[in-house]
Amino acid sequence: MNLPATDIRTAPAEKAPKRQRHIAEEFRGKFYVYFCVLLMIVIIFSIVYFIASRGLAPFIANGVSVKEMLFGLKWNPEGDPAAFGALPFLFGSFATSLLAAVIAAPLGFCASVFMTEIMPKFGKTLLQPAIELLAGIPSVVYGFVGLSVIVPFLRDTFPGQGIGILAGALVLSVMILPTITTIATDALRSLPSGLKEGSYALGATRWQTISRIILPTTLPSLLTGVVLGIARAFGEALAVQMVIGNAPHIPHSLFESATTLTSIITLEMGNTTSGSLHNNALWSLALILLLMTFVFVFVVRVLERRVKR
Amino acid sequence: MRAKTVDRIATSVIIGVAVLIMAVLAALLGFLLVRGVRHIDFHFLTSFPQAIKTGGGIGPQLFNSLFLLVLTMIITIPLGLGAGIYMSEYAKQNRLTDFIRLVVEVLSSFPSIVVGLFGLLVIVNTFNLGYSLLSGALALTVFNLPMMVRLTEQSLRAVPREQKEAGLALGMSKWKTITSVMLPVALPSIVTGSILAAGRVFGEAAALLFTAGMSSPRLDFTDWNPLHPTSPLNPLRPAETLAVHIWKINSEGLAPDAPEIAAGASAVLVIMVLLFNLGARWFGRVLYRKLTASK
Repeated sequence: MNLPATDIRTAPAEKAPKRQRHIAEEFRGKFYVYFCVLLMIVIIFSIVYFIASRGLAPFIANGVSVKEMLFGLKWNPEGDPAAFGALPFLFGSFATSLLAAVIAAPLGFCASVFMTEIMPKFGKTLLQPAIELLAGIPSVVYGFVGLSVIVPFLRDTFPGQGIGILAGALVLSVMILPTITTIATDALRSLPSGLKEGSYALGATRWQTISRIILPTTLPSLLTGVVLGIARAFGEALAVQMVIGNAPHIPHSLFESATTLTSIITLEMGNTTSGSLHNNALWSLALILLLMTFVFVFVVRVLERRVKR
Repeated sequence: MRAKTVDRIATSVIIGVAVLIMAVLAALLGFLLVRGVRHIDFHFLTSFPQAIKTGGGIGPQLFNSLFLLVLTMIITIPLGLGAGIYMSEYAKQNRLTDFIRLVVEVLSSFPSIVVGLFGLLVIVNTFNLGYSLLSGALALTVFNLPMMVRLTEQSLRAVPREQKEAGLALGMSKWKTITSVMLPVALPSIVTGSILAAGRVFGEAAALLFTAGMSSPRLDFTDWNPLHPTSPLNPLRPAETLAVHIWKINSEGLAPDAPEIAAGASAVLVIMVLLFNLGARWFGRVLYRKLTASK
């Protein structure tokens, strides 16, 4: 009989190399994960460095004043004299995103209260998937729907062309609703049940419990969701650009064509030559967007610290 | 009695809002599908777009979107897994880890247009890749990486501690334990999350305008050599994706049937996202059943 050689005899001999193999394996794995993390850090620093290097050029090399950029009303980078007032864009961005948050926040809070306190079962099986689905719909599709439903509706019901701040804010409010709702729902679910039960035991009605116990206790988390929603709305480009009209001035009403930081960048970046003053001024706008992101992250961090306390 | 009346009013308002949200979603989907599905047929899905005539299709755009998705995931998944493994297994409780966490958070909150501009400056111009699928995929990687990292970290953290300890007790190296004990357990949630992330990539447009470009060469679908400039598989050619196409025909479309094409293309996009959503849930469940002993 020819038995195959068993492993038992060779195993002890392999012991030392096996250990070495383990060390090598561990080293390779560690090297790989450190590489991935390092890459991520390099990416973020290069984003900040490259955008800042182009975005600061107009201020340093061309003598455009920061004050003019932030408070100037006229945007005419090709004109003579060139004007770089970005206030209309800043105003448009803030107006649309804040208005969107004002619309979406109460809706989101109601939805999350509904899912946690009123009908948890129905909420979990129907409303939650619906909201997740809203989050998945691409922004251009929102823009398209805004352009073909919201804008004509506003044009028929209100004076004006339909395009403008309100159309943008309505589109954005649907887009940020999932962010606000998801975070609010998580916060409400993680609330210790003793708090609620104590309130019910004292004879409070459900609404009294919600409005006096649940909402005040979870307020920092709710606000975190709202800030993240505003951040998303602030940076959203195409959906807003499609419905806002893109006129570079501060509008007098909600139904007048306006513009935002993101839409002016989208529209003009492709039409300017790289390195020109006009082009660099657009990079300054991108730098403002970048700095606003840091502000939003900072605010979220502050709010989160309050949650932990 | 007053408190009870207020309670009843508040409850009905909240229920009303919930119904309103469901109605908005239903109206949105209904509008997109009813307006769009009429225009979807085989011809629409496979033919080339027309600049000024009616009857244009979205064939190349659909292909570009799918191809870009595959390229992006090929780059993102290994990097995201690596960084996620670091965050959950190798990171110590110290300043550096807090800093990396901040990096992930900031990276995930960058507006997609900023990521696109970074792509334009660094990938397109400095690395000289031009407007190309590869540039687009790299920009989308930047945009998708933080999500992948968080996902991997959370999935690995959810692996029961005993399984990890059993692996280590058997004398396996830490790396071996992670890759052959923990990753398989975490795989279902990683896969579900990646498919959902893929749905997001599929609909992304702002980051692609200045990286993958807003036009496609006249593709030759009989030429599958990746090195030829008109081959669909060439990763260095410019490529307009479906989402970018919708944006472009809405803002500067000249074809007389532009609204119909936009409606059809939006419907295709939404159907794909729906498929990704349902597919992710289903696939995650199947995988979980396959890889674990649970029913």
